[in-house]
Amino acid sequence: MVDNTIISIRDVVKRFGSSVLAVNNVSLDIKQGEFFALLGPSGCGKTTLLRILAGFETPSEGQVLIDGDDMERVEPNKRPVNMVFQSYAVFPHMTVRQNVAYGLRVVGTPKPEIDQRVQESLSLVQLEELADRKPDELSGGQRQRVALARALVKHPKVLLLDEPLSALDAKLREQMQIELVHLQQTVGITFVIVTHDQNEALSMADRVAVMNGGNVLQVASPTELYEYPNCRFVADFIGKMNLFDGQVVGVKEGQVVVRADAITAHIGDISVPFGDEARGKVGIAIRPEKVKLDGEEPKDMPIRVRAKVVEVVYYGNESHVFLQSTSGAKITANIKNTSRNTHAGIVKGDQLWVSWCPQDTLVLTS
Amino acid sequence: MGGTFFFLYFPIVSLIAFSFNDSKRNITWQGFTLRYYEKAFENSQLHDAFLNSLTVAGVSTTVSTIFGTMLGLSLYRFRFPAQGPFEGMVHLPIVIPEICMAVAMVAFFFTVEMPLGLTTITVSHIAFSIPFVAVVIRARMAGFEQSLEEASYDLGANQWQTFWNVTFPYMKPGMVAGALLAFTLSLDDFVITFFTSGPGSTTFPIKIYSMVRFSVTPEVNAASTVLIVLTLALTAVALVIQSRSQRKIDHG
Ligand SMILES: Nc1ncnc2c1ncn2[C@@H]1O[C@H](COP(=O)(O)OP(=O)(O)OP(=O)(O)O)[C@@H](O)[C@H]1O
Ligand SMILES: [Mg+2]
Repeated sequence: MVDNTIISIRDVVKRFGSSVLAVNNVSLDIKQGEFFALLGPSGCGKTTLLRILAGFETPSEGQVLIDGDDMERVEPNKRPVNMVFQSYAVFPHMTVRQNVAYGLRVVGTPKPEIDQRVQESLSLVQLEELADRKPDELSGGQRQRVALARALVKHPKVLLLDEPLSALDAKLREQMQIELVHLQQTVGITFVIVTHDQNEALSMADRVAVMNGGNVLQVASPTELYEYPNCRFVADFIGKMNLFDGQVVGVKEGQVVVRADAITAHIGDISVPFGDEARGKVGIAIRPEKVKLDGEEPKDMPIRVRAKVVEVVYYGNESHVFLQSTSGAKITANIKNTSRNTHAGIVKGDQLWVSWCPQDTLVLTS
Repeated sequence: MGGTFFFLYFPIVSLIAFSFNDSKRNITWQGFTLRYYEKAFENSQLHDAFLNSLTVAGVSTTVSTIFGTMLGLSLYRFRFPAQGPFEGMVHLPIVIPEICMAVAMVAFFFTVEMPLGLTTITVSHIAFSIPFVAVVIRARMAGFEQSLEEASYDLGANQWQTFWNVTFPYMKPGMVAGALLAFTLSLDDFVITFFTSGPGSTTFPIKIYSMVRFSVTPEVNAASTVLIVLTLALTAVALVIQSRSQRKIDHG
């Protein structure tokens, strides 16, 4: 094991009863000091995996190591991790200060040390002024800070956060995303955050594990995940993607030659850079913002498709242009509204050329 | 509407009113007096009966609150096969006709050869109060957020600390409400008490009953009024506690 691995999840399986397979053979290593996100749609097993780390669920199979120690049969109250619950679970009958002190008090920390650490923790989340309030006198965002302070005061090796921002409104959520990242950098503790919001995962995390149906599909940095998704699910789940069915017809030094009827009718087979082996059916994918629109045929672009504008949706900073190629494929192009000449004068019904570079094209084998 | 109201409250209002009537008979209004309250307070038999009632209610409330709370808590906490039927069984003593409960209790004491007296009354009261307390606790716990307990474990507390620091404070208003309910039920109970009482174990309601058998004097009215006021006060306190804790939940 590499010495900077703080959490090691090995072949973990979790079944509920005989029919529900919540986590299916997951192996993951999380590094010390990392901001790690578990991302996936509802019901994919993110919470279950997090609860396995916290000790609230026992894996049916496999092993969890935290800082090198096997966590089998280690109770939640003995693990060097702390959790921020989705509902915050702030104790309603205790003041903010009592809430934060709780985790130290129950393990018999001396009073002066409690006072000092509670004060540190409260100032970390800027709650000193509200220390003597009860939770029902706090806003949602403030209650979340209490939950954070209460967990951080324990100086855990890992902080686990289950959808910590999902109960906040959009504006506050954005602010808290930034604050959480700052906080993590300040305290230097490993954060493992569960979210179903891809923007949240991409903007906050150092690395993201994308889950679906109990499986981890890809573990990568946000840019890698966005630019090099390893399968159709990840490509589609992270951001928007134009996806076409294709067929590999040949391979030549680092390139695959693909026939995709929807887009290659006019130009014939296309060559796309691709390192791995590929044969048979593949997916050809291109991000909407990497697509160019022209009135004249862009002869210098190797991949170009003739298409008709079906719809234009205006979002202020950008516009989404929905097109249909002559062979029936749906293509979306996002264009930046860099001048007031809104979406470059494109209107419904226009016949345009859609084009993009081969090096921006993705080949998805699964 | 008005008729129903009249029908409901006329007997009670007149009972209370005539407890202040300055007359030996309960027929015509003769003027205001507190004489019969004094008389009731000086009546040593009534006094003893009242003390008996308080003793029985005190003991049975304490015991049934403890056991009822444990029962209610385990109904909330544990999921086990045949839970539905079991929960139904807990409610059963609440719906069974009181007279049948009484007969069953007497038969039971007879079998175990326990002489009827204050002890048997207390035991019976414990038996019928436990389900009420359990139901109140069960209802209270339905609103409990389980992640609070998980948060407590997560922060390093053991099960015992978690119970006393997190679960118990939440449960407390339910326990107080349940205890007050048990206390009023015990104080007011007639049928079961009547069956399970023995010589020298007269409780307040039974004493009133035996006085009425002689004649309905303003003294009986006075004693009954005291019981009404006591019961209403306890119920009011229980309601206030419950609504206050309810408000807290709604806020939190
Ligand atoms: N205690 C349980 N008993 C039975 N099934 C469970 C239990 N907990 C979770 N599951 C099931 O396991 C699967 C994964 O649940 P989990 O809560 O981990 O999903 P999630 O990814 O956190 O979803 P969400 O985004 O909706 O919170 C779901 O199908 C869920 O129904
Ligand atoms: Mg979840």
